[in-house]
Amino acid sequence: MSDSRRPLLELQDITKSFGGVTALRGVDFTVRPGEIHGLVGENGAGKSTLMKIIAGVHTGFSGRFLLDGREVHFRSVRDARAAGIAMVHQELSVAPDLTVAENVFLGNQPTNALGVVQWRRMAREAAEQLKNLGIDADPMSRLGDLPIGLQQLIEIARVLFSGARIIILDEPTSALSPPEVERLFSTLRKLRDQGTGIIFISHFIEDILLISDEVTVFRNGRKIMETRAAETSKAALIEAMIGKGRDALEDSYTHDITLPAPPLDKPVVVEADGLSLARNLKRVSFAVRAGEVLGIYGFMGCGQLELARILFGKLAPDTGELRVAGERNRFKSTADARRAGIAFVPESRRDMLFLQEPVYKNVSISILDRINAVLLKPARERALAKRQVEQLQIRPADVEIDLGLLSGGNQQKVALAKWLSHPPRLLVLCEPTRGMDVGAKSDVIGIVRKLRDQGIAVIVLSTEPETVLSLADRVIVLKRGEVVREFAGEAISKDRLLEAA
Amino acid sequence: MAHGETVPMPEAPPRRAGGIGPLLRSQMRNIAPFLTLIFLTAFFALASPSFATLDNVGNILTQVSVTGIIAVGLTFVILCAEIDLSIAAIANVTGIAVAFFTMQDSYVNIANLPMPGFAAILLALALCALLGAVNAFGLTVIGIPSFIMTLAMMQIAAGISAMLVRGQIAYKVPPIITTLGSSSIAGIPWIVIVAALMLLLGHLVLTYTRFGRYVYMVGGNREAAEYSGLNVKLILGSVMVISAVCSGIGGMLGVAHFGSAQQNEFDTYLLDSIAAVVVGGTSLFGGRGGIGNTIVGLFVLGVLNNGLDHVNIDSFLKILIRGLILLAALVINVYAQRLRAKAAD
Repeated sequence: MSDSRRPLLELQDITKSFGGVTALRGVDFTVRPGEIHGLVGENGAGKSTLMKIIAGVHTGFSGRFLLDGREVHFRSVRDARAAGIAMVHQELSVAPDLTVAENVFLGNQPTNALGVVQWRRMAREAAEQLKNLGIDADPMSRLGDLPIGLQQLIEIARVLFSGARIIILDEPTSALSPPEVERLFSTLRKLRDQGTGIIFISHFIEDILLISDEVTVFRNGRKIMETRAAETSKAALIEAMIGKGRDALEDSYTHDITLPAPPLDKPVVVEADGLSLARNLKRVSFAVRAGEVLGIYGFMGCGQLELARILFGKLAPDTGELRVAGERNRFKSTADARRAGIAFVPESRRDMLFLQEPVYKNVSISILDRINAVLLKPARERALAKRQVEQLQIRPADVEIDLGLLSGGNQQKVALAKWLSHPPRLLVLCEPTRGMDVGAKSDVIGIVRKLRDQGIAVIVLSTEPETVLSLADRVIVLKRGEVVREFAGEAISKDRLLEAA
Repeated sequence: MAHGETVPMPEAPPRRAGGIGPLLRSQMRNIAPFLTLIFLTAFFALASPSFATLDNVGNILTQVSVTGIIAVGLTFVILCAEIDLSIAAIANVTGIAVAFFTMQDSYVNIANLPMPGFAAILLALALCALLGAVNAFGLTVIGIPSFIMTLAMMQIAAGISAMLVRGQIAYKVPPIITTLGSSSIAGIPWIVIVAALMLLLGHLVLTYTRFGRYVYMVGGNREAAEYSGLNVKLILGSVMVISAVCSGIGGMLGVAHFGSAQQNEFDTYLLDSIAAVVVGGTSLFGGRGGIGNTIVGLFVLGVLNNGLDHVNIDSFLKILIRGLILLAALVINVYAQRLRAKAAD
């Protein structure tokens, strides 16, 4: 039925490259009025690139971009907005210090003839609009005081009520609770029935199937499949996403990997018991034993980042406790966690390295108090750093140069090297191989395996299934802050992992 | 103060920064203040015959001593990318406190609490350490930005000073303070020796101790320091206390040097101390610089202040000239940071 209507938006044969990397190859994409179009694909499949082209963020590409049947050339986000295209980005972009009403009207507050903001009118209209979305928030309260999920709904509300004809939602549900998701969906359906075209991107396949009329699957910059949502299934979509079958690109990941039996004879190094944190984590419990790599997998916003920071004493849980070697621990600082034998590598290298300091100072910083009490011993520092640089094959093998001169992969090795000259009890790694080339990746995997074999407990947190599958001996899956599945001593594969999340 | 976003590193084959160009650029923060110092010295030596004399060198050294003692602690603070605006007020209140606990002559109309000299000194030191600890508490535990926290402390310390002296002037301080502040040994003023020793001590701590390394690392990348398992709050708190204690010592010796303890006596030292550290080339963004830079900065300011008195210039114009020199130093400071970030790219 929708096919009879003229497309609102039509992209034909879109190709986009960044430097030498082709992000999109000859993609066709159509949105009709009154349609919710679901979009799925792995990280890097090209979804975001396509959306950024539609929203006017990326302006250089080849192919035709038609709006209401006429070709358009956006020069900026402003042009796209003027044409009635609005996007809710994955990261919150609200102004936490402004009121709820100001955020709803950000950039177009109602004013009188003199240009003075009409506060009362703004508050009243904001409250009405939010009520339509089922949001019960005082329009004059400070946005930053509200829970994250509510903030996200208000950001979505801003876009939904901006009068846009085409709305792009990138992972809008990752921080929302089930009733909030339901409210969002009913609003989206209302807008759809009024003729708005909606593009809905999500990793949550159930959500996609529930809300979409049409679903498109992307893989490696290509459109793989387009189908009616009613005519497909979760399994079929996952298969299309990861390319099971003949055209499998990385077939090791689609075949089953059999996880080893947990080393029950080894002591438990760290045990989490009912960790909860605001809306991010709900009673998360797990234990990790010496000589074991525990993978924690989940989509962006599932609570991994917070969990990792609790393990390293950067965040304190609201309830629940952490036991290190059987002893209850409440870390007051990251220094406490370090002294308890926990090592941490965050997802962003820049957050843990000193790019303007020489390599040896980067390697020694976490163990300085073991090298010396008061006075520095630079000769010992250098010797230690040299040994690490040789063992991890960091290139160039020079401990005096500034770290910023090393490549990304080598910087990541230095981030590991920091913790290795005095091995920790537990090593917490966030996204250890993200953005690395194949060689550096396999080096890092080798290092982690070796550490495990030396009896160190390792926790790997990642949003990339490949990372978890290539490293972990046991996997738990986090979904919206809860442990929903554990894989231990059984067969595991990428589609099963995605299915569980 | 926030860290500037660093430029993303290309995955190009790593190379060594070589050649004289990159070296000069990366060393700009050390070279520029030194050239300024040489230029100013040469200028005043040519402009005035009375400038380049041994006596005058002694004058300059004495004139920068109190600033130098205060600037030692401030260097630690600025290396951590924080600021301390309460240094002059803490110097003032500590100087007043040590006089308050000393027996004054009968004509001094202050309701003071005389006690033995060592006790007066210990109490005064305890006071400045306590005020520094309050700064540390506000900054690290409550989370007040140091700029605002120490602004409040500036008022608090001034208030305590006012309560202690109530508009009066005290003159007597314990004998050892009098000696260190106002007499000489073998022709060298004790206050210059004390300043030199404190600068040396500060340099040794920053360069050769674990704590000093932590100060640089926290200033270089606070997030990374925390993820490396350093107790960032403890380090930040410590530098605030160090800054207050250095200010206190400067204040006590300053009172002996001036011969009196009164309200608002140290007001000009706030700007002078900050200027000395920054003009010397210590980065306002933290992590770069050190006591060596502070020493050069002290001399730049000392030569400038002293030299302007030797040449025939409208005394009102002097203030403007000082302001312009400070501005130039700030421009170099910020540029040096950018050049270095580029050199690392």
